[in-house]
Amino acid sequence: MNARTPLLEVRDLSVSFNTEEGTVPAVDGVDFRLHEGEVLAVVGESGSGKSVTATTLMGLTRGPNATISGSASFEGAELLAAGEEELRRIRGNRMAMIFQDPMSSLDPVYRVGDQIVEQIQAHRDTGSAEARERAIELLDAVGIPDAARRADAYPHELSGGMRQRAMIAMALSLEPSLLIADEPTTALDVTIQAQILRLLEDLNRERGLATILITHDLGVVAEVADRILVMYAGKVVEQGTLDEIFYDPQHPYTWGLLGSLTRLDRPRPKRLPQISGSPPSLLALPQGCPFRPRCPHEFSKCTELPPLEARVAEASGQCDRCWLAPEEKREKRVVGGRIGLEAPTA
Amino acid sequence: MSTSGEHLLEVTDLVKHFPIKSGLLFSRQVDSVRAVDGVDLHVSAGETLGLVGESGSGKSTLCRAVLQLLEPTSGSVRFEGRELVGLRQRRLRPLRREMQMIFQDPYASLNPRRRVGQIVGGPLKLNGIASGVELRRRVEELLDRVGLSPEHHDRFPHEFSGGQRQRIGIARAIALKPKLIVADEPVSALDVSIQAQIVNLLDDLQDELGVAYVFVAHDIGVVRHISDRIAVMHHGKIVEHGDVDQVCERPRDDYTKKLLAAVPVPDPRESRERRQRAGSAPG
Repeated sequence: MNARTPLLEVRDLSVSFNTEEGTVPAVDGVDFRLHEGEVLAVVGESGSGKSVTATTLMGLTRGPNATISGSASFEGAELLAAGEEELRRIRGNRMAMIFQDPMSSLDPVYRVGDQIVEQIQAHRDTGSAEARERAIELLDAVGIPDAARRADAYPHELSGGMRQRAMIAMALSLEPSLLIADEPTTALDVTIQAQILRLLEDLNRERGLATILITHDLGVVAEVADRILVMYAGKVVEQGTLDEIFYDPQHPYTWGLLGSLTRLDRPRPKRLPQISGSPPSLLALPQGCPFRPRCPHEFSKCTELPPLEARVAEASGQCDRCWLAPEEKREKRVVGGRIGLEAPTA
Repeated sequence: MSTSGEHLLEVTDLVKHFPIKSGLLFSRQVDSVRAVDGVDLHVSAGETLGLVGESGSGKSTLCRAVLQLLEPTSGSVRFEGRELVGLRQRRLRPLRREMQMIFQDPYASLNPRRRVGQIVGGPLKLNGIASGVELRRRVEELLDRVGLSPEHHDRFPHEFSGGQRQRIGIARAIALKPKLIVADEPVSALDVSIQAQIVNLLDDLQDELGVAYVFVAHDIGVVRHISDRIAVMHHGKIVEHGDVDQVCERPRDDYTKKLLAAVPVPDPRESRERRQRAGSAPG
């Protein structure tokens, strides 16, 4: 695949769900591209639409109450229009997903190795012995010690970190070109998290695996991502490269997220910078910019929703949804010598 | 201990073992899980002790054993000089007013059938401190103090977001003006933008009420922010215990060093440098 054709191209993806209380616009007009070997981090809080975006690509949000529109083209196939049969061929085979809780993808009553064997045989014409050999090889590749013996373990016999590895091994068993990882390290201890992140990084570098990493942890993002999509209330509010988002962020919500990070290598601030208020209900979104009620920089124009467009340098791919002029932003985002949303009130 | 007069809470050689039983008809104890294995720590009035460690290190068991929600296997817990271990429930009850707890999951720790007013006012009513109009006034005051509004009084927990529920839990915990609050992972279940709000609220309440905290979290950044001293727990033992800056900047214990090194640096440039250093000097 040449470098110019993206592996995955998502255009104007919208997903809404009909509920008893009304229609919930969970994802609203999301666009992005992902190339081979690239890691795209999707950052946001609960209700931002990051997980719905990912599960929709996997075809997991389809249902009588869901309305899905837009397009998602992956290796020449249109994911949103694909029939169940076609999706089944793509899922697991060309794109795989791992979750925060490994028990959600591992069956508790089957041995770990057998689950991988089953997955391989479902998609490939492979003999049992060969598939088992491959399963052990995979478990070994993700860093599970004594893989041949662990292949016979049941999921509950493995620790959280080992289960996460087993799930990754299963996701990679058919050598997909795209891995969607939804908060893959959130439930893990920091020392295990560091090991899993290294593993994902190696897979990206060595096998050219493209990854969509869904997370709320900007520390994790800083370690592995190439590009970042910041989501808020179902919309992309900013996107750019890792360095653009961390060192030249354009949207006040991004400033707030960066500002509220605690850093062990910096002196402690008197108060932790915070974003006041809470995310809006998707059933009662404010008019215009969804971040407006929590934004200290809001002004008259903000009652109109800003389009997602490039506002900084012409050549950069960085886009954001904020009406403030770039020069104004450069000034307003500096709080106490660092990037933040507002000076913490005493 | 002769120093018991100096500290609000003094824990000495605290042990909590859980038996592992085996056998079908006649179960016998074959081994035990040493969840808390000889812990010493102390907390002075108005200060915050941060407790960090990975899952399974014994943090939560330690918290519960300190508050006598779990009966310790052995050891001593002295609160304002009084020994709590072995005290009968009846004698313990008046002391419980002074020691409160805030839990991790604000969805699980509030009774879904009770209104906010009943939840927050419960401790006041139960201890015969206020009732009727006076109770309502006190509850509204508490709600206001934790950043909720008085009209939330008659609502149910499910009507609130995670952050607001944690505020309800905090209002209940401070209702009796306790001297000690044990907060077990109070912000880990919350969104990033809300975590800072709750940490700042706890900070403010400490300034106002002079309450001491034992603040448990696996997020070392948050613990460092709020604590005066930090204790690092590993396999049921405190492996390092000291002033915040000493523990975070000049850790002595190998496990503490490993734990600190694993925390991701939210700064791409520094993260790259760090990885290059690690790559050029393996091990």
